[in-house]
Amino acid sequence: MSLSPDEVKKIAFLARLSIQEEHVDQYSQDLSNIFGLVEQMNAAATDNIEPMAHPQDAMQRLRDDVVTETNQRDKLMANAPLKEDGLFLVPKVLD
Amino acid sequence: MINKTLAELSSSLKAGEFSSVELTQYFLDRITKHDADLNSFITVTEEQALAGAKNADEQIASGSSGALTGIPIAYKDLFCTDGIRTSCASKMLDNFIAPYNATAVEKLTEAGMPMLGKTNMDEFAMGSSNENSFYGAVKNPWDLERVPGGSSGGSAAAVCAKLAPVALGTDTGGSIRQPASLTGITGIKPTYGRVSRFGMIAYASSLDQGGVFASNAEDCALVLGMMSGFDAKDSTSVDRDVPDFSAALNDSIQGLKIGVPKEFFGEGLDSGIDKVIQEALEEYKKLGAEIVEISLPNTHLAIPSYYVIAPAEASSNLSRFDGVRYGYRCEDPVDLTDMYMRSRGEGFGTEVKRRIMTGTYALSAGYYDAYYLKAQKIRRLISNDFKQAFEKVDVIMGPVSPETAFKIGEKTDDPISMYLADIYTLSLNLAGLPGMSIPAGEANNMPVGLQIIGNYFEEGKMLNIAHQFQQVTDYHKRVPTQFGEEK
Repeated sequence: MSLSPDEVKKIAFLARLSIQEEHVDQYSQDLSNIFGLVEQMNAAATDNIEPMAHPQDAMQRLRDDVVTETNQRDKLMANAPLKEDGLFLVPKVLD
Repeated sequence: MINKTLAELSSSLKAGEFSSVELTQYFLDRITKHDADLNSFITVTEEQALAGAKNADEQIASGSSGALTGIPIAYKDLFCTDGIRTSCASKMLDNFIAPYNATAVEKLTEAGMPMLGKTNMDEFAMGSSNENSFYGAVKNPWDLERVPGGSSGGSAAAVCAKLAPVALGTDTGGSIRQPASLTGITGIKPTYGRVSRFGMIAYASSLDQGGVFASNAEDCALVLGMMSGFDAKDSTSVDRDVPDFSAALNDSIQGLKIGVPKEFFGEGLDSGIDKVIQEALEEYKKLGAEIVEISLPNTHLAIPSYYVIAPAEASSNLSRFDGVRYGYRCEDPVDLTDMYMRSRGEGFGTEVKRRIMTGTYALSAGYYDAYYLKAQKIRRLISNDFKQAFEKVDVIMGPVSPETAFKIGEKTDDPISMYLADIYTLSLNLAGLPGMSIPAGEANNMPVGLQIIGNYFEEGKMLNIAHQFQQVTDYHKRVPTQFGEEK
């Protein structure tokens, strides 16, 4: 299993991670090694085995559809890198 | 002072031998004196600690105190603490002030425990050496050139060096048990669902579980009992009564059946560690236990399946860090995509990026069945191995890590070799089982932990088994000379 530098760049874009050009080869090698390890799974017979998503096979609980949260807008927005009038500011999205 | 159990500290507080303010100041002074050598804290919260201690003293004076009132504690820096920076040891959250308390923190604060500070860790809990921290590596108190293990290395080092009497950590693939083993202290990861994950910054949600580091099993029992229980704010919290974990500590273990998986003693295990574990098992025989060889045949598949499931869940969880609502934002983004890419590229460290990309690839179109689904099927096989074993035995024991603490920098160029050292811890997280590490001896002049694996929700029995060992051994009482009590 090997992941080429071009594939690494594609994955990095999918994950929205900027990667410096000089580090691409290293990531390519590291990810190839990781997937080399992962491929040991192929030897395991898993026909008719149910995938396990939760350790106790529990289902997600549902709660009544009522408002429980109080309004803490200012407190929750205090960490925003850029804000104005109770809104998050981002670079221009539409021309 | 540093050698007292939490119950002894509590008695002294109630008897008025010293106040919580004095006790808390004592540990703050030890942090000031020693932490420059260890780097175990990211943030020391002196003001909050003393305010909490003052409250505790008032409760004690009014006779409304509980078993932990006035005893200070430290939190791994991924537990959200209201009004206090919660960094996850990442540049991404270097400026993040948590707007609420994690449920575990809330419960222990209500129990009257003053917060000493937030401990260092591998960034976003990804790592086994505590070298992946934006705030620098943590040192092992037994040898400052060596790692304390990870990812909860700061909590482990702080408890080992007696900078805090107790600390919380989290364990996604061994992050409580392995550092407890490498620093010679007691650590417990409870059953998945036992402790609320609310307010614990997520790494891999189906594996993450909060737990405790302390000097001994008795102390762990007190704190774990106080922080456990159902929480409606965590959708995977288990609605089940929490027994009094301290009640069973002194039960006899005569006739206990201990399963020893042969797969935990194969190639790669340090011979000194092997010897320590065999001697610990001999000690258990003297206590009346029976040793039964068992097999967990899919153990070798734990590493490959974990390194699909955990990164896949991480890539999803960490997508929330977008530079918009909180956390790091790059300078002068030209457009939205540039802002996302550079904020994340600059804000996350190398190991975090490696795991996000691993997970992104494993979940990408066309690969889902081959990787994520296959890994989840293997997870079932591993879980079934344990189910079958627990039909024959009461508890399972073995090593925690195949090696003792290694030198800082020794493995940084080879992430895979670090992944391979998680072989004995990962399978419990995949199955959701509880696990402990207790100090059982030394190899290569460094501490060695014995792993105790219990069946689901049997933390009380595990703590009993650990406590019985600690009644006849003194490994848990050892403190590195440099960090001994001031004369």
